[in-house]
Amino acid sequence: MIDWLLEGVPRRGLVLLAGLLAVLIAAPWLANDYLITVLIIILYFAYTGQAWNVMMGFAGQLSLGHAIYVGIGGYAAAALYVHFGVGPWIGLPAAIAIAMICGAIIGFLAFRFGVGGVYFAILTIAFAEFARIGFDHFRWVGGSSGFFLPVANYARNDLWNLRGNPTMFYYVMLALTVAAFILCHALLKSRVGYYWQAIREDEVAARSLGINTFRYKMYAVVISAGMTSIAGVFFAFYYNNLFPEQVFHISRSIELILGPIIGGIGTLFGPIIGAFLLTGLSEMMQELLARLGFDVPGAKQVFYGVCLLLVVMVLPGGVWPWIARKLGLTGRQS
Amino acid sequence: MAADIYLNVAVSGLLTGLVYGLMALGLSVIFGVVRVVNFAHGEMTTIAMYLAIVAFNALGLDPLVMMVPIAAVLFALGYAMQAGIINPFISRPEYSQFILLVAIAMIMVNGLLIVFGPDARNVQTSYSYDSFLIGRLIVDATKVYAGIATILVTVALFAFFRFTLIGKAIRACADNYTGALVVGLDVKHLYALTFGLGAACVGAAGAMLVLLVDVTPALGPAYTLLAFIIVITGGLGSMPGALVGGILIGLTEAMAGLFFTPSAKSMFSFGLLVLVLLFRPQGILGKRAS
Amino acid sequence: MPRKSPSNPAHSGITRRRFAVAAGAAGLLAGTAPFNIARAQSGPLKVGVLLPTSGAQASIGQDCKRGVDIAPPIFKDLGLPDLAIMNADTETNVEVARARAEKLINDGAQLLVGAFDSGASTAIAQVAEQKGIPFVINIAAAPPITEQGYKFVFRNFPTAPMILGDAFANQKELFEATGVTPKSVVFMHVNDTFGTSMAQSLPGLLPKFNMPYKIAETISYDPTARDLSVEVAKAKATGAEALLMVSRLNDAILLTRELVKQRWTPSAVLSMGPGWYEEQYLKTLGKLSDGPLSFVPWYDPNKKLSKQLEVALEKAFPGINLNTNHVFTFEALLVAADAYKRARSTDPKALADAIRTTNITDNVSIGPGIQFDAKGQNDKLKNAAIQNRGGKLLTVAPKFASNAKPELPLSPYDKRS
Repeated sequence: MIDWLLEGVPRRGLVLLAGLLAVLIAAPWLANDYLITVLIIILYFAYTGQAWNVMMGFAGQLSLGHAIYVGIGGYAAAALYVHFGVGPWIGLPAAIAIAMICGAIIGFLAFRFGVGGVYFAILTIAFAEFARIGFDHFRWVGGSSGFFLPVANYARNDLWNLRGNPTMFYYVMLALTVAAFILCHALLKSRVGYYWQAIREDEVAARSLGINTFRYKMYAVVISAGMTSIAGVFFAFYYNNLFPEQVFHISRSIELILGPIIGGIGTLFGPIIGAFLLTGLSEMMQELLARLGFDVPGAKQVFYGVCLLLVVMVLPGGVWPWIARKLGLTGRQS
Repeated sequence: MAADIYLNVAVSGLLTGLVYGLMALGLSVIFGVVRVVNFAHGEMTTIAMYLAIVAFNALGLDPLVMMVPIAAVLFALGYAMQAGIINPFISRPEYSQFILLVAIAMIMVNGLLIVFGPDARNVQTSYSYDSFLIGRLIVDATKVYAGIATILVTVALFAFFRFTLIGKAIRACADNYTGALVVGLDVKHLYALTFGLGAACVGAAGAMLVLLVDVTPALGPAYTLLAFIIVITGGLGSMPGALVGGILIGLTEAMAGLFFTPSAKSMFSFGLLVLVLLFRPQGILGKRAS
Repeated sequence: MPRKSPSNPAHSGITRRRFAVAAGAAGLLAGTAPFNIARAQSGPLKVGVLLPTSGAQASIGQDCKRGVDIAPPIFKDLGLPDLAIMNADTETNVEVARARAEKLINDGAQLLVGAFDSGASTAIAQVAEQKGIPFVINIAAAPPITEQGYKFVFRNFPTAPMILGDAFANQKELFEATGVTPKSVVFMHVNDTFGTSMAQSLPGLLPKFNMPYKIAETISYDPTARDLSVEVAKAKATGAEALLMVSRLNDAILLTRELVKQRWTPSAVLSMGPGWYEEQYLKTLGKLSDGPLSFVPWYDPNKKLSKQLEVALEKAFPGINLNTNHVFTFEALLVAADAYKRARSTDPKALADAIRTTNITDNVSIGPGIQFDAKGQNDKLKNAAIQNRGGKLLTVAPKFASNAKPELPLSPYDKRS
């Protein structure tokens, strides 16, 4: 199994990867609390970006309403915890299941009716907005006034109930990101992965080769939805409050996909690099502007937008392929 | 009493929908011809609205009067955007275009925030609070004026596309890109022109919208979404479709707000959008893509 | 006409040098004496102030900041220790609020103040509780925040049920005073955190207060709504006499415009939230802004510190009326400075303990003063009723904290020029 996973990966790449992993594992000893919080955000976006990438980068379906899965996952697990005392690890399968069903519905409706490209993207936005307004009126989970999870003091770490200090959450997120990475790598190498790439390149040709495009596209959507919902569960238990306006908002969906697009769609490292770049850039901007005393609201976002613009104009394939070339890592994948 | 309120609300929804339709018209023109997903559409509308406010405060000129100059400024902006930045992205995959325009939108929204601040601004004309009493119908005066202006602008636009040479050339590009190239049309220039025209629609609509709603920078993204809903419902690439879509969405939201709870009225627009996407993706008046 | 200068050594008995020494000694004694030692050790208290100065709530966040800006000279006057303010923008986003709180604590903040929004405040409260850094909430009305059993979170602001309860009591007082009692009202509320908190608490409290009116209909609307014509049409069609409201600023303006356009003047506008008294509302609507009553946490115009605050605000920001945003942000800092003075140390636990025993009677908001119960909530706060008149805000109820008489019913919109 390990052999199969490692086949085709350049040695240099493995070394770099191991190095990165070592640094990330050691981070809580090297960094202060604030940095850990930033790292958690980075890893969160790396993870959700990776999940989104499955649908877009691998199967070519542009989802602009991915926040719906985060929200569903979060609300499902939170509701179980608050109303029934069910711990997050047990609530997790329920959350994943509901999100997968939701993804399946969206995928089914879209693919059965031949909705693709931009129209599919708009469809996903419509569903996310629908969910947002719907949850705004969903009193059982707080509606628009928010859903609060009970919190206790954080002197002890309770992994079972996901109550604890940031370091514990950091490792959970790190583990999730690593798992997602390995899963995506495995998927890409498997038959499913090849079919996906065929569909992405040219769906008609793939179909004419006998590939059941409907089924494989559904796989992509459902897996992506499931993975994303896990992030939702994490989100709910880390922030301990959920507001439909925040969780399902279109700006969340856009935030989630910026990482993989900047980093490189369809690549394994794209979402991770993208997440580091974007969050790092954002925090740096914040610092810079604070130092310069330029405390005008909106200035940071303008710089952010300009950087985004430059990256997308100059490096259309994403930052990772460029870095990979520089590092001499170009193989067929990753 | 019950009948009046339905009628009042319906008329109000219809008129508002007309103006939204004009804004969406710009998107339809852009997407129909240039095939670019203009995710900065709402933000451009917001820029137009702010321009109207500045003009009003500085020169005391009514937005309806400023409609033409503002449309001209937006035309220039649109032309520059297309020719300068967007053009290389036409052949690129959709997500690339999308990110480009999201970045532009982000810069626009926050630029507006820096320049104008977050407070809602509006224009107070002498007729801002007027309403017409027709029998038992109370109709908002500003909406009537805006509605009439919209119809005029739309008619002018139709005439342009049907009767002028350039208009026909643009339609040719939309219908058959390769054919247009073969015939020797300067497609790049025409695309920029079209984007400029779409932007001009947005400019006119923005000038009118400022009479109906208050502006804040946050309005941008909301209008982008609204424009897409209208255009898809009415039919991408169909100009009457954009107006029909606008009216339909305006009416739907108004009536939904009346019958159900107003805070959920957008759900109906989205519901309508989903239905259209599934069962008639070309929209009500659109042609099936070949 | 030449006057003898007091510092002229030849003509007064005091030499310049002696005068200087005396002044210096007086300065040392003036108000900082017992704590000179503590100050010399730790200097000003580092207070992190978290407000939404950008994003959807930007104008209110920036208004709150005005309360921060005018505090220092007043604190000096009161003999309170200096505070080193560290400003942070929550960007009206819960995640950002949390990250900024962490960063402030990391950069040495010894106490946090904020954050206007209930969601952001909850997230910050968690960080504060976890790190053991005291957090004084300036404005946030959702009840759950002080129901979590936190030891480091304090709220000097009423919860939604408190606001409602006082609103009802004040309304009854006003109806009696003006002789105008609506028999039916239509309840309109914005569908966001605050609006729904209020809407949920309402049905339980209404019967307890024996209100003279019935609620003909409840209409909720989207906070980002651009057009409220349908909502107002619906409200008008209920035939109710008055409007009971929970709204924000933009919708308040929109609603008023629609009321004018649809030719309906309710006998009273009873707003139990922000919007109808804000600067923007008064400026935008001019004469049309007169009349609405707002039942909100407010300052007591008869208190000494309130008058001082008013003067300071007028000097720093001329033309801006003193309102809830300034008052409660100022008071949050007041709590911090006062606790620091009594704790004489920057140790967070000592500060938290000091805050718990706060008892400031010389304050600004209505009520016996600032003090906190076991849950960290100031449950003694009273809310006022204010009325817009000529671009100014007059406090019309409760009687003991008022400075004007209420005027009802609303004068018809179409008769105002």
